[in-house]
Amino acid sequence: MSLSVDITHPFGDFTLKVAFEAPGGITALFGQSGTGKTTVVNAVAGLLRPKAGRITLSDEVLFDASAGICLPLHKRRLGYVFQDGRLFPHMSVRQNLSYGLRFAQKSTQGGTQDRPAVAEVADMLGITGLLERPPGALSGGEKQRVAIGRALLSRPRMLLMDEPLAALDTARKEEILPYLERLRDQTDIPMLYVSHSVAEVARLATTVVVLEDGHVARLGTAERVLSDPDMVRQIGVREAGAVLPASVVRHHGDGLSELSVSGGRLFLPQMDLPPGASTRVRVLAKDVIVALGKPTGLSALNILPAEILTLRGGTGPGVIVQMQCGNDRLLARITRRSADALALKAGTKVHAVIKSVSVARRDVGAG
Amino acid sequence: MTGWLGPDEWQAVALSLRVSLWATVLSLPLGILVAYALARGQFRGKQVLNGLVHLPLILPPVVTGYLLLLTFGRRGLIGGWLEEVFGLVLAFRWTGAVLAAAIMAFPLMVRAIRLAIEAVDPKLEQAAATLGASRIWVFVTITLPLILPGVITGAVLGFAKAMGEFGATITFVSNIPGQTQTLPSAIYTFLQVPGGEASALRLVGVSVGIAMAALLASELLARRAAKRVAGE
Repeated sequence: MSLSVDITHPFGDFTLKVAFEAPGGITALFGQSGTGKTTVVNAVAGLLRPKAGRITLSDEVLFDASAGICLPLHKRRLGYVFQDGRLFPHMSVRQNLSYGLRFAQKSTQGGTQDRPAVAEVADMLGITGLLERPPGALSGGEKQRVAIGRALLSRPRMLLMDEPLAALDTARKEEILPYLERLRDQTDIPMLYVSHSVAEVARLATTVVVLEDGHVARLGTAERVLSDPDMVRQIGVREAGAVLPASVVRHHGDGLSELSVSGGRLFLPQMDLPPGASTRVRVLAKDVIVALGKPTGLSALNILPAEILTLRGGTGPGVIVQMQCGNDRLLARITRRSADALALKAGTKVHAVIKSVSVARRDVGAG
Repeated sequence: MTGWLGPDEWQAVALSLRVSLWATVLSLPLGILVAYALARGQFRGKQVLNGLVHLPLILPPVVTGYLLLLTFGRRGLIGGWLEEVFGLVLAFRWTGAVLAAAIMAFPLMVRAIRLAIEAVDPKLEQAAATLGASRIWVFVTITLPLILPGVITGAVLGFAKAMGEFGATITFVSNIPGQTQTLPSAIYTFLQVPGGEASALRLVGVSVGIAMAALLASELLARRAAKRVAGE
């Protein structure tokens, strides 16, 4: 099931002109606020009728301006998780969850299996204990999980999520992210996920669509887009960094886990995945040091051989170095002075010394 | 007018209750519909509809009553047709009192319900639609339950107005004991007769009692509904 969007719509000071394909898995619509992300999702959902263009889901036309087709939103069967939850205040959590059931096509499961479905979804989202409560008695994170479950139970062909975590604090985000990952990995429902958070995108996205002033600035797999040196300007040097698929090799007795990436081995503080499990690690550009020879006498554990692809300098003193490391790419932010001193250029064989690696769970290609 | 002893008084009270209940029950669905159209609809003539609905509130009741007589009287445009097709006569009948009370109460009812509808977050209705609910389902399962306190308030306001309606009623259906003599008409009549004050006073008491009871009941119902709506 793949979503194809090609729309034009007046948007603030500029014209939104966006075209992209969202294959399976999680497609992140990424960009600063005011770039038109929500407008795109609303157009897909049917909340907004674009001026021109076409939106299709698999073979079905949801919207076609020239043919005059605009499927009403209740017929699109796209689950929408809003930033503000929008639970129905006069219904219990259970009633909220089962709201979409009566409209869902019974074809996916035999007609009478509704109850187990609610129980199943509630279990997956960890809200079984809340079923009889009114929404007013829930925390922000709980509300959002109910909203996700509610959308899921309407048996949507695709899930649309408009910054579902933006209104939550870090702890609440951490509470929901694992459920979103489970959703990505345990269901085959594609998702369109709007976010301006690199961390979320790095952790969740299979495909990334970068929006800038109403047009698609970049489009590709999460690994490719996030390891693009041109993205650094958009993301900011603090958060820019590559994402690498990895798999757990073994856990060592000294509290470290050994992971294998295409370019070598990485050691991370003990993680709770079993050996053989695939995951995703994020290496921030500011945490990578570039060395010409393999450094010795260094406390850093994670050193990978790499080859420089490009150097990208701006007006500041910093340079972004993009390196090929196995099948993956890494970014490093170093000073122009160092780059000159080491005479770095495309093709230079180097070693990337990684000061810290964070885990962006689960593997990239799962969807 | 004789018999300030009871039968006549109770007749008036019973008639008023019957007229007001029917007026409220019959106009409530239409009131909700019109309130919804005024709150959410975007159509030509919306201001005209708004004006029409509010007209009875602004016009002298006697004028409304006379206009009713002209249109719904036996020789009136609609009245004649109603009699011909359905055998339904309104003028000088208690059914006409229902119509007069309903029309006079309508603006109050619509106002209360419209305010309630405007207070419903359209985002909730959108959310319901994304879950697969058609417009009618959205209305039945989301909008209607959420505006229930407003609907109750509107209904009680309408009922109270209907109970107190005098000018339009007396003009349209006159003041026939047992037929069209509602509580206010009865009070008025008693006050015209020497020695009728006692009856009038008793009816005034009944009036106050019914109004208070209706208000309390609505307060209770609306509070219960509001609690449910608030989701706490």
